[in-house]
Amino acid sequence: MANLKSIKKRIVSVKNTRQITKAMKMVSAAKLRRAQENVVAARPYAGKLAEVLERLAASQEADANPLMVQRESRRALLVVVTSDRGLCGGFNANLSKAAERFIRERKGEFSELSLMTIGRKGYEFLRSRHTVRKHHGNIFSTLSYQTAALVAQELIEGYLAEEYDEVYVIYNAFKSVMTQDITLEQLLPIAPKDQDNEEQGVEYIYEPSKAALLDELLPKHIEVQVFKALLESVASEHGARMTAMDAASKNATEMIGKLTLIYNRARQAAITTELMEIISGAESIKG
Amino acid sequence: MAEKLKVELVTPYKKVLSEEVDEITANGALGEFGVLPGHAPFLTSLKIGELTYKKDGALYHMAVNWGYFEVENDTVTVLVETAEKADEIDLERAKAALGRAEAELKGLTPEDKNFRIYEAALERALIRVQVAGKAKL
Repeated sequence: MANLKSIKKRIVSVKNTRQITKAMKMVSAAKLRRAQENVVAARPYAGKLAEVLERLAASQEADANPLMVQRESRRALLVVVTSDRGLCGGFNANLSKAAERFIRERKGEFSELSLMTIGRKGYEFLRSRHTVRKHHGNIFSTLSYQTAALVAQELIEGYLAEEYDEVYVIYNAFKSVMTQDITLEQLLPIAPKDQDNEEQGVEYIYEPSKAALLDELLPKHIEVQVFKALLESVASEHGARMTAMDAASKNATEMIGKLTLIYNRARQAAITTELMEIISGAESIKG
Repeated sequence: MAEKLKVELVTPYKKVLSEEVDEITANGALGEFGVLPGHAPFLTSLKIGELTYKKDGALYHMAVNWGYFEVENDTVTVLVETAEKADEIDLERAKAALGRAEAELKGLTPEDKNFRIYEAALERALIRVQVAGKAKL
């Protein structure tokens, strides 16, 4: 059979692909572990900060800080966090679609809706359809608290300059290796938690003053929220890539099995025909 | 005095400290302060500076960057952006950073946008050098 060679070629090429997907899976697994550690490590900080903030905010007037004021006009900014690189299953597609859905469903609520994208994939998906005010690419390779803080400061500055009145962030939260939760959070204005002051009996000494502390604490809170969102997204990305690459490796193995079967069948058929030819040739000589 | 302070010091990267100490001093927004067991509930912001705690008679020093300090019911919670123990500081690097910041500052006027940034860098480097020096005592 003529296609013996082409089947062989296919097998080799699929094997090469499997090698790559396997390697990518390993790399993702290693990166995932690190990213996961980072997420876990950042949790106590975010948690404690939220605690202190709540205690401070609870005893304050709702409009004590410009970052807590709900404005009349409602121009919204949606921050979409995706990854810079592909090959991670539905990670980016799902998030982009969720962002689309948010835009479609809630467009009526806002007088204006613009976007900020973090990560190349989301930017590429959304830029042709909507106005992307700002794009941050390539921050995941050097992700640190400082980079997150810069993004947060930019958000706060824009908010204070009244370029927009509400800020939302949508990202993939890390649930487990297999699952990501698409999460939508409101960053600004900071909604004061409704809580009854039953156990707020302790009188604190505040230095310098409550309002001054709040002024400093709120921007930090935003920074931490952004940092957390980015970390979660990174961990999810590696998780998603790991699962996607695992599935790809499995599919490749399956395909190699099938192709080998076809190859062997074709080989056997070729041998049988050859044998038949030889036998019939010998027969004709005998006769 | 049998009572102790329970200290938890966390940064965005990790929980640095979780210990029972006898005494803790830090550089607050209104100046340096010390906390002993039995302190009234207290909340302040921290400046770039040194944080010292005493445990079993021994003093430990740390260089911390911007943060918060809270005391409640003999539990101290410190939230800082960075924290380095004295023996973890790379003195050479800190000195190099100090030199860099100084050189940058010389070329700038206080009105410059970057002035504050380098000033903060200088402060951080100074504190690091200062704290690192104490590790050897």
